[in-house]
Amino acid sequence: MEYILIIISAIFVNNVVLSRFLGICPFMGVSNKVSTALGMSGAVTFVIVIATIVTYLVQVYILVPLKIDYLQTITFILIIASLVQMVEIILKKLSPPLYQALGIFLPLITTNCAVLGVAILVVQNKAWGILEGVVFATATSLGFGLALIIFAGIREQLELIKLPKGMRGVPIAFIVAGILALAFMGFAGLDK
Amino acid sequence: MSKLNILTRGLLKENPALILVLGMCPTLGVSTSAINGLGMGLAATFVLIMSNVVVALVKNLIPDKVRIPAFIVIIASFVTIVELVLQAYIPALYEQLGLFIPLIVVNCIILGRAEAFASKNGVLDSALDGVGMGLGFTLALTVLGTIREILGSGAVFGINIYEGDGILVFVLAPGAFLALAYLIAIVNIINKKMVKK
Repeated sequence: MEYILIIISAIFVNNVVLSRFLGICPFMGVSNKVSTALGMSGAVTFVIVIATIVTYLVQVYILVPLKIDYLQTITFILIIASLVQMVEIILKKLSPPLYQALGIFLPLITTNCAVLGVAILVVQNKAWGILEGVVFATATSLGFGLALIIFAGIREQLELIKLPKGMRGVPIAFIVAGILALAFMGFAGLDK
Repeated sequence: MSKLNILTRGLLKENPALILVLGMCPTLGVSTSAINGLGMGLAATFVLIMSNVVVALVKNLIPDKVRIPAFIVIIASFVTIVELVLQAYIPALYEQLGLFIPLIVVNCIILGRAEAFASKNGVLDSALDGVGMGLGFTLALTVLGTIREILGSGAVFGINIYEGDGILVFVLAPGAFLALAYLIAIVNIINKKMVKK
């Protein structure tokens, strides 16, 4: 039951993009087409889940016992950056088609604040073990994918509409995101 | 490019948040009130200036292939300093900004300036660039925070300016997107008019 609550809360109620404001850059950058949005969410899910597991283990078994948890930020970002590199190399060897599909998105993920954000949120939550952390990470990335794909679908339609000059491009995208966030507020209360 | 130009272009012409649309996560996340926006802006400005200076100092020592990880380590060190200082001296602000303080590391503005400017220019120019871009970011965050605070809770910097409830949605997530959208649209129009002249 607890896991279901974590999943619903992470996907809908506290959606990572629309309510926590993490991962806005890729959200704005690669949401022009539904197909690229799918690729990006796949790559992000992959990295967030692995990064959460590794950072959790490093925090619990290295940083805390050695009492150097003030190095958390530096350690985590280095782990994420090297993980992204590693994932890129492994994918290139093991599955060239998947690499072709995700390849261009992988380097962008290091600076996706959702990855570092989720890693820190999981470590900060004292009540959670690694299993809750992984469930949360998976659900959060699904929430990211959901928001990204819906948003991409709307933006594909927006291309066809005539807009006032000042509103073209970024501003209208933010307005759409605002309305989407408003819609997602309807889920509030589901997790309690 | 003149020194004055480097210093001032970050404020409006190349404002990192409103024109280049970088660093959106903290812009949206912490601009619930003017004071939060100002605090976040100044914290990021400090990191930006220091990382620009250090990157400009060591740019010839870093091999080209590992420059991005090296920049990230430099930035992360200054973020840790900011984190510890805020925690010790301004705990209220530290609580308010929360997760977004460690996330300064992945603020694209800072890595972007290190890569695009500091790794190619001298120490003084890089410092000026850091000051200009940082203040531009701070300005954008403070203006957005002020707008959201006035509309959402009827106050500026915590001081009430009208009675009654504000429009709650502007303090919540959707209001952040909507307020920023209109702010960017207005700045776009002003900028176009200035270019024409």
